Amino acid sequence: MATPGYGRIVRDGLWENNGVLVMLLGMCPTMAMTATATNGFGMGLATAVVMAASNLMVATFRNYITREVRIPVYILIVAANVTFVDLAMNAYMHELYKVLGLFIPLIVSNCLPLARLESFASREPVLPSLVDGIFMGLGFTLALTLIGAVREILGSGTLFADASLLLGPAFKVVEMRVMPADMGILMFILPPGGFLVTGLIVVGKRMLDIRAGKGIQMAGAHSV
Amino acid sequence: MKQRTLIHGVILGLFCLGFGLALALTEYVTHDAIVARAMEDRQNSLGQVIPTAIHDNNPVVDTIQMRDDAGRELTVYRALKDGRVTGVAFEVFGSGYAGKMKFMLGVDAAGRVLGVRVLSHKETPGLGDKIEVKKGDWILQFAGLSLGDPPAAKWAVKKDGGRFDQFTGATITPRGTVAAIRSGLDFYAAHEAQLLEVH
Repeated sequence: MATPGYGRIVRDGLWENNGVLVMLLGMCPTMAMTATATNGFGMGLATAVVMAASNLMVATFRNYITREVRIPVYILIVAANVTFVDLAMNAYMHELYKVLGLFIPLIVSNCLPLARLESFASREPVLPSLVDGIFMGLGFTLALTLIGAVREILGSGTLFADASLLLGPAFKVVEMRVMPADMGILMFILPPGGFLVTGLIVVGKRMLDIRAGKGIQMAGAHSV
Repeated sequence: MKQRTLIHGVILGLFCLGFGLALALTEYVTHDAIVARAMEDRQNSLGQVIPTAIHDNNPVVDTIQMRDDAGRELTVYRALKDGRVTGVAFEVFGSGYAGKMKFMLGVDAAGRVLGVRVLSHKETPGLGDKIEVKKGDWILQFAGLSLGDPPAAKWAVKKDGGRFDQFTGATITPRGTVAAIRSGLDFYAAHEAQLLEVH
């Protein structure tokens, strides 16, 4: 299989083969971290960093990793990268760490990085693999932020609450209250709301694709 | 065949060794910064329950070890001014709706609450989490109260005949919080001499 062009990799990662909305991978962090848009965004970015680094490393060593031991090596690489991010964030981005710290280890339980190592980085050159890691990660971020935004608006009546804690005081402006707090529907903050909203967004994405006339070719064409 | 198995083992071993070393190096490089951040965090959370005006020492490092009434190890942070203990802070625990809640309670030398903050809890978002100072000022009402004020019978939520409001849709969380604070004050009263003793 020829290495896909960068445009294809970017489109696949962000939309056509989106990790959450098409492949339905990474459901554990998706459910746990999307009660607010800010949390989803932060979790997505941390995952993107881990995915880019893991893809880069596996692609670099791809000719030395034999088939028989590839899965333990992938898990080792993902877990090591998660630990690097965890330690570095704790030491040098402590405010962000206080918000996301608990959830960084959850990245290990995400199958999306593992899936990209297996189906992309283990067969393709270094640079396309890095780009794939970055854009699959950004697609993950996009999906989590979207799900988080819907759950937050319906559940708490706010949007991007605490964004200034995550991104710095300049982002105070994006924090908004969409409707009064007591109008929030609790269910959307709790796990059932996560499943419902994710399902509805998956349906919404497929409807958009069908309307755009490419509903048939997208069904798992590039997935594992 | 045997030869090939060996190669796989060596490859896996080399990866483990390489990443093990990289992790050890990262830990070594970040260790001091992480310790410093943890100290700052502790200072910040203590600063909310022990006002800086009442001490001239660093309560984070000026601690004594005790056992609480449940037999748990308890670190007591002490505020000293001019060589006298002006206040202490320690962790207290309460039972919430969804498990254990942990608080940091500050008490002054007269047995009055200096302040109390939630350190960790698993209460329902939107209902029980109003005990966080970020979500509401309910927890601030305890400052200045002591075992005699209000009287012992009133150290409960209104539903139980006490003086503290419960939240709409959540009684168990405030009930557990009130009980935790009260148990902390009881602990202070029972061990006052030991807590205030300067070595």
